[in-house]
Amino acid sequence: MRRQLPLAITFITAFTLAVQYFIPHRTFEILYEVSQVWLQIVGAFAMVLGIVSLWQLHWGKARGRKPGWGYSIVTLVCLTAMIVFGFTGPTKLGEVGPGEWIGPFNWSYDNVLSPLSATMFALLAYFIASAAYRAFRARTALATILLLSAVIVMLGRVPLGDVISFGLFSKVANWLLYVPNVAAKRAIVIGVGLGVAAMSLKVMLGIERSYMGGE
Amino acid sequence: MPISTDIGVWVAVFFTLCIFSFLYKDNPFYKFAEHVAVGVSAGYWFVVLMKETLEPAVFLPLKQGRWNLVPGPFGIFLLILPVLIGLLLFFRFSKKYNYIARIPIALIYGIGAGPTLVQYLQNSVIRQIQPTMVKISFASWDSFSEVLIAVGVVCGLTYFFFSKEHRGTIGAVAKVGIWTLMIGFGATFGFTVMARVSLLIGRFVFLMRDWLGVIS
Repeated sequence: MRRQLPLAITFITAFTLAVQYFIPHRTFEILYEVSQVWLQIVGAFAMVLGIVSLWQLHWGKARGRKPGWGYSIVTLVCLTAMIVFGFTGPTKLGEVGPGEWIGPFNWSYDNVLSPLSATMFALLAYFIASAAYRAFRARTALATILLLSAVIVMLGRVPLGDVISFGLFSKVANWLLYVPNVAAKRAIVIGVGLGVAAMSLKVMLGIERSYMGGE
Repeated sequence: MPISTDIGVWVAVFFTLCIFSFLYKDNPFYKFAEHVAVGVSAGYWFVVLMKETLEPAVFLPLKQGRWNLVPGPFGIFLLILPVLIGLLLFFRFSKKYNYIARIPIALIYGIGAGPTLVQYLQNSVIRQIQPTMVKISFASWDSFSEVLIAVGVVCGLTYFFFSKEHRGTIGAVAKVGIWTLMIGFGATFGFTVMARVSLLIGRFVFLMRDWLGVIS
């Protein structure tokens, strides 16, 4: 029962929702829409579970004065503050009038979360550059192709590239992006599509059951 | 333009510089900003999920006692049932009954796997094959490019086909495939680098214009 019931739930749900695509009836459309709402609701509990796990992890570290416990307190304070701000004040800019105080939730988003996320992604520019220096040394024909393609696309995207090549780089860059890149992406997407479909079938039939915790 | 006096700008600058400090080495400022990001981000998405997804989809119909999708008491039952199933997830914290938490996870997997099977075959396989099946023509540069894409896709797929050894004709086709893939990866890499550099420029513009006011 511990294993059979979850496997049966997965099979019945997945099979019904896969088959409903081929039955053009309003009942099955409603069934699909209801399933999506269910996914949101159960998914929300998964999110709550994640927040509780995060809290437990950092609370344990802070209580036990484990290495880095001060940072755990920072995480707990920020998490609590955002939840309190969110449930006690406006969370959408549309809820406040022009020129009015946007509330601590929106303020924290604008001045803390947004710059932190943008800077973390911007930081990747440095690491991509250093990784490229190590990986792109033209030691083989394939590495040379990769290097040339990347350099042409980069130069084709800045005004300097067009100045030094009399407009040629941007044209070649566009061709690379819209012809060989599309071919490569399409081959990958088809492969991924077949892989995901196979994995879905394995989940539906109970062959893939890692979500049961190894049993 | 004078230096900014807006407290929000100073806070944003502080966190921007904390993250950039990682370029020197891992340090307490970076760790502080990293933990702030984790806490603020988790709190932010939790509130957004509750207030913008669950409130209109679940809490409001329950409050009104009416669900437009399935009217009547059965509709309300259909809204309460997933809440009860979702609560079963908390059995994960029990050592004795943690297997009960598999029920909502199985439901999530089932709702995910069924539609995914059909949607991926439709969108990622059939809809990608359709534009690849073009009439062979070299009449214009565009039609020549379409033929090149078709050849690239077939060769790329051959490279990913591992059930037959890449020798002879298959090997040659697979070789063209890997060349196509490498050009594609290079182009994608270049494009990604430019996107990241654009973000980096955005952060410098923020520091120079919004904070220090040295550029307008």
